[in-house]
Amino acid sequence: MTADAAGAAAVPVLRVEGLHKAFGALRVLDGIDLSVEKGESLVIVGPSGTGKSVLLKHLIGLLQPDAGKVYVEGQDLWALDSVARNALRKKFGMSFQEGALFDSMSVFENVAFPLRHSGRSAAAVRARVEECLELVRLPDIGAKRPSELSGGMRRRVGFARAIAHAPEILLFDEPNTGLDPITTDAIAEVILGIRRQLPVTIVTITHHIASARKIGDRLALLFRGNILFEGSPEEFLRSSDPAVRQFVEGRAEGPLTVEFEKAVRTANGGAR
Amino acid sequence: MIRLLEAVGRGVLRFLEELGRFFTMLGRIALWAPRSPYDMTELLRQMVRVGVDSIPVVFLTTLFTGMVLALQTHNAFAKFNATSLTGTVVALSLMQELSPVLSALMVTGRVGSSMAAEIGSMRITEQIDALTALATEPVQYLFVPRVLASIVMMPLLVVMGDVVGMYGGYLVAVNLLGSNPVTYYENSFEHVDMNDFTAGLIKAAVFGLLFSVVACVRGYYTVGGAEGVGRSTTQAVVVGSLAILLCDFFLTRILF
Repeated sequence: MTADAAGAAAVPVLRVEGLHKAFGALRVLDGIDLSVEKGESLVIVGPSGTGKSVLLKHLIGLLQPDAGKVYVEGQDLWALDSVARNALRKKFGMSFQEGALFDSMSVFENVAFPLRHSGRSAAAVRARVEECLELVRLPDIGAKRPSELSGGMRRRVGFARAIAHAPEILLFDEPNTGLDPITTDAIAEVILGIRRQLPVTIVTITHHIASARKIGDRLALLFRGNILFEGSPEEFLRSSDPAVRQFVEGRAEGPLTVEFEKAVRTANGGAR
Repeated sequence: MIRLLEAVGRGVLRFLEELGRFFTMLGRIALWAPRSPYDMTELLRQMVRVGVDSIPVVFLTTLFTGMVLALQTHNAFAKFNATSLTGTVVALSLMQELSPVLSALMVTGRVGSSMAAEIGSMRITEQIDALTALATEPVQYLFVPRVLASIVMMPLLVVMGDVVGMYGGYLVAVNLLGSNPVTYYENSFEHVDMNDFTAGLIKAAVFGLLFSVVACVRGYYTVGGAEGVGRSTTQAVVVGSLAILLCDFFLTRILF
C-alpha cells in the first residue's frame, strides 16, 4: 500500500508545518510537523490530554492554528475563504469521540446526512446507510434516536456516518475506545476493509495498541505537544525509547509524566 | 481605583467583543444566505417555530396591552373631555411602538432562548464540529433559516398584534367605558396613515434580525457544559432584549 502510494502522489494529502496551538496559558501543540501520504494510514497514540484530538481537529480546519500551516492536498487551509474551505471538507469523513450525533435526527437520518445533495436515489441512500450500519454491527437501529443509544453505540453510529459518503480522507478520533474486545476488533476490521477497497488516507487516534498495529502503516507518539516518536508499528514496538516503552507496556511511571496530563485536563475544561 | 478602572475596561471590552461577534456573524449569514443548497423544509420549520407557535403569546400580550391602553387613556382624557381621541392614541401607540416592541420582547424570551439553548448544546456535544466536518457550514445550515424565519415572521406577528390590540382597546372603550362605537372606530383610523403602520413592521423585522442573530451568537460561542448552555440562554434573552430596546429608540428617531 505504501509503495504504490508513494509513486502516485508527490504532494502529501495532509501536511502540517510548525503547528502551534494554545488554550489560554496552556500550550497544547508546540510546533508539530507531520505529513500523511495518499493511501497511508497513520495512527496517533499518546496519553490522554496531550492534544491528539486538537491535532486531528486542525487537520480538517475545525480549529485554527495560532501559528503554523495546515495543507490539504497542497492547499493552505487557512489561506482559503470559508466557502472554499467548506468545499474542501467534502473530501473528509470524521468520527468524534462521543459520536457527536445530531440528536434532532434518527440514527438513519444521521448516517444518511453526508449523502444529502449527493444525487443518489432514496433507495441507494437507504441501501448505503444499511450497509454502513451493518459494518459497525448495528443493524436494525435506524429508527432509534441517538438518546436511546449507549455511548459505545453512539460512537459506532458516528463511525458509520463518517464513512457513509466514501470520503478520500478519514479521521477517526478514538473509534474503538470503550468497546468490548470483539467490537473493538470489528472496527479495526472495518478500517482495514475500507483500505482494501479504496486508496483512502486515514488518520486514527487510538489507545488500543493491537488495533494500532493492525490498521497503521505508521505510528506517531504525541506527548507534550510534540511528536516524540514516528515509525512503523514494528519499530514502535521494538523501540528502546523510554517514553515509547512506557506507553507500550502501560506503566504509570515513566517519562510520560502524569503531572502534565492533569494540567491539560484542567485547562481543557475551561478553555475552548 | 485601579480595580474600578479595570472593571470598567473589562466591561467595555466585553461589549465591544459582543458587538464584533454580532457583526461578524451578520456578515457570515449574509455571505451564506444566497448560496445553494436552499433548505426550504428547515426554513418552513423555523417559520412555524418563530411565527405560528408564538401566536398565542403575541395574541394575549397585544390584547391586554390594547385593553390597558384604552383604559388608561380614557381615564386620563376624561379629565379634559377628550375621550373621543382614545381610539387614535390606542391605534398610534400600538402600531408605532407597543405592538412591535412587546411582541419582539415576548418572542425573544420564547424563541431566542430556545434557539440559544439548542445551538449551545449542539456546540458542547460537538454537533457543530460534526456539521462542519461533514462539509455543512453551520452558519448556512443552522443560522440562515433561523434568522430569515425571524425577519419574515416578526412583521406578520405584529400585523396580528396591531389588529388584536386595537380590538382589545375597542372592547374596553365601547363595552366597558361606554364610548360611542362609531366615533371610536372612525377616530382609530382618522389620524393614522400607512407610514405609521409600515414603520412598525420595519421595526418588527429589525427586531427579528436582532434577537435571532444574538441567539445564534450566544449559542455558537457557548463554553463549559450544561452550565454554559444555561448562561448562553440567559444572555440571549438579556442581550437580545436590551438590543431591541436600544435599537427601538434609534429606529423611532429615524422612522417617525
